[in-house]
Amino acid sequence: MGKTITEKIFEKNSHRKNLTPGESVWLDVDVLMTHDVCGPPTISIWKNEFGDKAKIWDKDKLVIFPDHYIFTKNVHANRNVDVLRQFASEYQLPNYYDVGTERYKGVCHIALAEEGYNIPGTVLIGTDSHTCTSGAFGMFATGVGNTDAAFILGTGKIWEKVPESMKFIFNGELPNYLTAKDLILQILGDITTDGATYRAMEFDGEAIRQMNMYERMTLTNMAIEAGGMNGIISVDDVTRNYLNEIGIYSYDEFYSDNDAKYYSTYKYDVSKIEPTVAKPHSPDNRDIVRNVEGTKLTKCYIGSCTGGKITDFQFAVKILFGNKVKVPTFVVPASTQVAKQLEVETYNGITLKNIFENAGCVIAESSCAACLGGPSDTIGRSTDGDVVISTTNRNFPGRMGSKKSEVYLASPLTVAASAINGFITDPRNFL
Amino acid sequence: MEKIIKGKAYVLGNNIDTDQIIPAEHLVYSTSIPDELKMYGHFALSGVPIDKAGLPNGNIPFIKDDKTESEFTIIIGGTNFGCGSSREHAPLALNVAGVKAIIAESYARIFYRNSVDGGFLIPIESEEKLNDKIKTGDELEIDLIKNLVKNNSNKTEFELKPLGSVFEIVESGGLFNYARKNQMI
Repeated sequence: MGKTITEKIFEKNSHRKNLTPGESVWLDVDVLMTHDVCGPPTISIWKNEFGDKAKIWDKDKLVIFPDHYIFTKNVHANRNVDVLRQFASEYQLPNYYDVGTERYKGVCHIALAEEGYNIPGTVLIGTDSHTCTSGAFGMFATGVGNTDAAFILGTGKIWEKVPESMKFIFNGELPNYLTAKDLILQILGDITTDGATYRAMEFDGEAIRQMNMYERMTLTNMAIEAGGMNGIISVDDVTRNYLNEIGIYSYDEFYSDNDAKYYSTYKYDVSKIEPTVAKPHSPDNRDIVRNVEGTKLTKCYIGSCTGGKITDFQFAVKILFGNKVKVPTFVVPASTQVAKQLEVETYNGITLKNIFENAGCVIAESSCAACLGGPSDTIGRSTDGDVVISTTNRNFPGRMGSKKSEVYLASPLTVAASAINGFITDPRNFL
Repeated sequence: MEKIIKGKAYVLGNNIDTDQIIPAEHLVYSTSIPDELKMYGHFALSGVPIDKAGLPNGNIPFIKDDKTESEFTIIIGGTNFGCGSSREHAPLALNVAGVKAIIAESYARIFYRNSVDGGFLIPIESEEKLNDKIKTGDELEIDLIKNLVKNNSNKTEFELKPLGSVFEIVESGGLFNYARKNQMI
């Protein structure tokens, strides 16, 4: 019987054959990624559990990006970054990207792609639920907690159940008013927040093949919002070209067999999909923008691993160009590389950064920032009574700060259109 | 591992995500400094909107005043318990607050792994929906051999799913103990 990409990667990294979904196996980990929130407790568990025998299994395979609570006066948060810094210095870690230096990158999932850690056919484990983002590169990537990460740090291994796979096929050409965000919100409405629990979500179809890597990463990024173990998109020329440009030429390409077995298959015609939102307080509380148009807003937010990539800002400026925002609008480039691109890339002869500034947006430094609320001095954090529309990934109660705020999740096009009006607006009104 | 777990129930709804279990702003505390570790107990479940805290009536704080432990040691959830982020601080916070076990219809993968691998608490799946049959404050008794939960407050009894493939890790008290027992490390 045929196999899916995920099953093939499991076979390769478990050194086993003919695995069946549901079976538990030990996988060799190719990259372990951690950050300032989960890194310190991971290190502490690793030291306690291994004691005198504590040894990092492979320093080259350990990657640490402080990114969550960076621009804050919170002493405990700053101490967490100090812990990482000391650890990196003590063990001479080659892949530590320190705050306040040229090496600082910002949000880990985007930095993993930019810095060339996303290698097709490999296994990447991170102490962050959105680690599934890397699956856009035809690899197995998933999030774990600190104990699992500490175990990997010492052994290079993780136990994992072989997941069943679900397939999502998007046919047709993506219209200019839709982005990958609308597609993943569509899926979430269809399968709900536990529709893919313990399963792999494989994305394919013409509309996916036309997307660049950053848009693909929006899809795989939110696989976790459906409970998915991983999201995955097979390698094609778009992937190869991205990797070639950063000097990566050699890797394993896996493809699902035609007779591979799927738990379920969903087919969409993108011409029938409309700009979509997730209403408060769950990413699966889907509606079309037209149905909530006019909802008054107090804040707009474009940022995070989900919605702070260069393509998200390229979408936003198409609508913001020559307009002014009516409510506080925060622009948070996910990575320092994206921040630099905002200064260089132009639209109608003006840099993206200038377009945002002219529109009256607040541009913040690269980090996870208010996507997950963060310490009380985090820029863009929601406060009591706020109604926010955001390109981020979760809108559970209190996710962006106050439990007494409401968050709508939407595409960067919808957020930009809504920022101009001060109420939720269909992007087609501006395109 | 205790085979019989007794305690008072604290009942919650569906999709209790990790931000409700331990809001992200509190993740700054050190898990290795005892006084700071207690803060995780203090803030456990503080993100649950108050009208949904302690069903069926709500408005029952899980942690009272400045306490760091709860009088409730068994949580009854619905579907997709622990969805959201990968923070292991979530089962850890519940553990620090004194929670021994959760009974829910289903769990999000990372929360389930973290509970088991970290040895923080036992995540048990129920055969049927229980958060409309058990009330906050009910005295419960979980039997992990017979896979049953008895509600001693109204003499009802419900079936639980066996722990299955993770039983050995749970019994060992977490992944590291399991690995040592099996000479993996």
